[in-house]
Amino acid sequence: MSTATGYNFAYLDEQSKRMIRRAILKAVAIPGYQVPFGGREMPLPHGWGTGGMQVTASVIGEADRLKVIDQGADDTTNAVSIRRFFATTAGVETTESTAAASLIQTRHRIPETPLQADQILIYQVPIPEPLRFIEPRETETRKMHALSEYGAMQVKLYEDVARFGHIATSYDYPVMVNNRYMMDPSPIPKFDNPKMNRMPALQLFGAGFEKRIYAVPPYTEVKSLDFDDYPFEVQRWDENCAICGSDHSFLDEVIIDDAGSKMFVCSDTDYCRSRQTNATESATATEETLS
Amino acid sequence: MTTMIRVSGLQKSFTLHNQGGASFEVLNGAQLEVQQGECVVLHGQSGAGKSTFLKALYANYSVDGGEILLRDGDEMLDLTQALPRRIINLRQHCLGYVSQFLRVIPRISTLDVVMQPLLDLGVDKAICEAKAKDLLSKLNVPERLWHLAPSTFSGGEQQRVNIARGFIVDYPILLLDEPTASLDATNRKVVVELINNAKARGAAIVGIFHDEDVREAVADRLVDIRAI
Amino acid sequence: MNNRVMSDASIMNTSAWQDLAPLLSVRDVNKYYAPGKGCGPVNFDLYPGEVMGIVGESGSGKSTLLSCLSARQTPDSGQIIYNSEQFGEMDLYAGDESERRVLMRSEWGIVHQHARDGLRMNVSAGANIGERLMAVGQRHYGDIRAKAEEWLEAVEIDANRIDDRPSQFSGGMQQRLQIARNLVTHPRLIFMDEPTGGLDVSVQARLLDLLRNLVSQLGLSVIIVTHDLAVARLLAHRLMVMRRGEVVESGLTDQVLDDPQHPYTQLLVSSILQN
Repeated sequence: MSTATGYNFAYLDEQSKRMIRRAILKAVAIPGYQVPFGGREMPLPHGWGTGGMQVTASVIGEADRLKVIDQGADDTTNAVSIRRFFATTAGVETTESTAAASLIQTRHRIPETPLQADQILIYQVPIPEPLRFIEPRETETRKMHALSEYGAMQVKLYEDVARFGHIATSYDYPVMVNNRYMMDPSPIPKFDNPKMNRMPALQLFGAGFEKRIYAVPPYTEVKSLDFDDYPFEVQRWDENCAICGSDHSFLDEVIIDDAGSKMFVCSDTDYCRSRQTNATESATATEETLS
Repeated sequence: MTTMIRVSGLQKSFTLHNQGGASFEVLNGAQLEVQQGECVVLHGQSGAGKSTFLKALYANYSVDGGEILLRDGDEMLDLTQALPRRIINLRQHCLGYVSQFLRVIPRISTLDVVMQPLLDLGVDKAICEAKAKDLLSKLNVPERLWHLAPSTFSGGEQQRVNIARGFIVDYPILLLDEPTASLDATNRKVVVELINNAKARGAAIVGIFHDEDVREAVADRLVDIRAI
Repeated sequence: MNNRVMSDASIMNTSAWQDLAPLLSVRDVNKYYAPGKGCGPVNFDLYPGEVMGIVGESGSGKSTLLSCLSARQTPDSGQIIYNSEQFGEMDLYAGDESERRVLMRSEWGIVHQHARDGLRMNVSAGANIGERLMAVGQRHYGDIRAKAEEWLEAVEIDANRIDDRPSQFSGGMQQRLQIARNLVTHPRLIFMDEPTGGLDVSVQARLLDLLRNLVSQLGLSVIIVTHDLAVARLLAHRLMVMRRGEVVESGLTDQVLDDPQHPYTQLLVSSILQN
């Protein structure tokens, strides 16, 4: 089915994939632990999702159906090129529907539609080390992970409350995985953090620049850090989605003219679209029943 | 009679390694016994070793041989063998030393300097403060100075602050190294009164006094340092 | 000084001194990088409530010794036994590194000569103090902040500076902040490396006075490295004089300084300017 010639299935050679799969297996076995791997060069620069792509390339099979999103949208440049990349090098079917996909590579969002047990969510990760903010030495952060010395991470939240009166960190919000390892969930909004907890789908994280892979196996406990008197909270909007009317999804603020008028729309384009379709269908159904 | 101090066979010499290794023998087999409520005054020429002897009794100087037994309750403690922390403990509740020099600690007020030793024993602050004020008044330290740090005081004022500090705890053993030197007659009389009060409550005192009148007023016994 | 933070009179003052076991026992500790560079053999016992000064000139091995004692530098040979509240009697370097690190953020404190080695310069003073509380599991922001305020005041820093970064503080304030950061978990043993080094004389006096009070009020055991004999006299109960890695003399502080026996100690003492 592959349309490109001269390339191995899904671009990476089988030896590299095997090496990456071993790293993935280790990551799944130790939830939240950052496994180093021999990162390969991909035909696009670091920072454009090369970590996620290498993980995708290593787990994708001919029968898979791939969805790629960037900030929740299927139609942004990055999402379109990665989807096309795998369509070309692996010849797999692609989709924009969350429910129809078996593999979802994502940058900065978790889809609104709850994921299922037979799906895999692959995150693109720019900085895998949650402790870097407080401790720049890698030797020291590794030791901190090994010994579960996570008090320093709380310092970041303390600073937030001290400065803003609440925990102002709104994305890249650190979590504890399986009560053992502290993990950087990649720059997803903290709105998405609760979705990670006990998610039926397998979650894999790939950091291409820093050559680290980590994972959250299905149904694993993922807890966002907080204070007893400043509990973890997700963002809320006063508005509903201007397109589908959703009052519970993550909204993007969109400027619509030079006068600064704005509207709020779902960041998850597929979710928004499927809600519109359902609305139309049920309206049609109602009409049919009435007639 | 209860023996409070028993010194025997005390040896002490100084070797100045950085001045050609010159060596001086100061004490050679010195001995002394002091009873409860007794005041022994050391005399002898300058350089005879009075001060060295007194400093050895406070463990401020080490000794080369002999025993220094001091009573702490039921125990006779050999100072020459005691661990530093035992000596510090002894100095806190049992062994007092008053010289004419105040070792000034920056920033601490006169009142605090004086009451610190009693406070360290866990005595209630109000009691410490009352006693400190009483001593300072007796020693004619003007009240306006009490809340200032003594570092800027005149020599005489500092000396009287130091005496107040030395007498705030009722030590069973008291060593006095010329505390009255250069005090005026009025204040000398106050110190004499303090010493006699200490004797009356049973303190064993060993002292060095330059002034004949003070010596006469407090000494039960005069001991020539060269003879012991 | 706040009563909630401070305990009563120091352990040295109680009559229980004789029943206490040593807090730290050092046996034949050696650490040499090159002949004459390092320290050892060193032997001593430190008891609860004791303040021990280690004096000597630069390069005498006193800082190396302090690193070994505070579990930051494995000695070539010898043993350091620490009597821990949480782990019982432990041979520092025979045990688990995780235990040593737990000690460092709970029962121990380390005050560095340079505040930037002991502080997080890019987070607020409050966070610097709160970090150790959070490291031992406290998760109540309000409580953590209240403790931080208490300790700022205990080290004579205005509590409304709580959200300022240490980089906005003077050298003396940074040093006091470092002390507060260490004391907040009520450690039993503090290691200090030239805590007054590099400070103006007037600032030094204030810091020394503060340290002296805290040490006696909290009944802390302290090992303090300094080349300043005046600092040693003011703070230390006993002294250890080091030269070329070896301990040449030790004993009661005023005895060592007023009646020095070893030629090197005599030289050291006689080199001080009298005022």
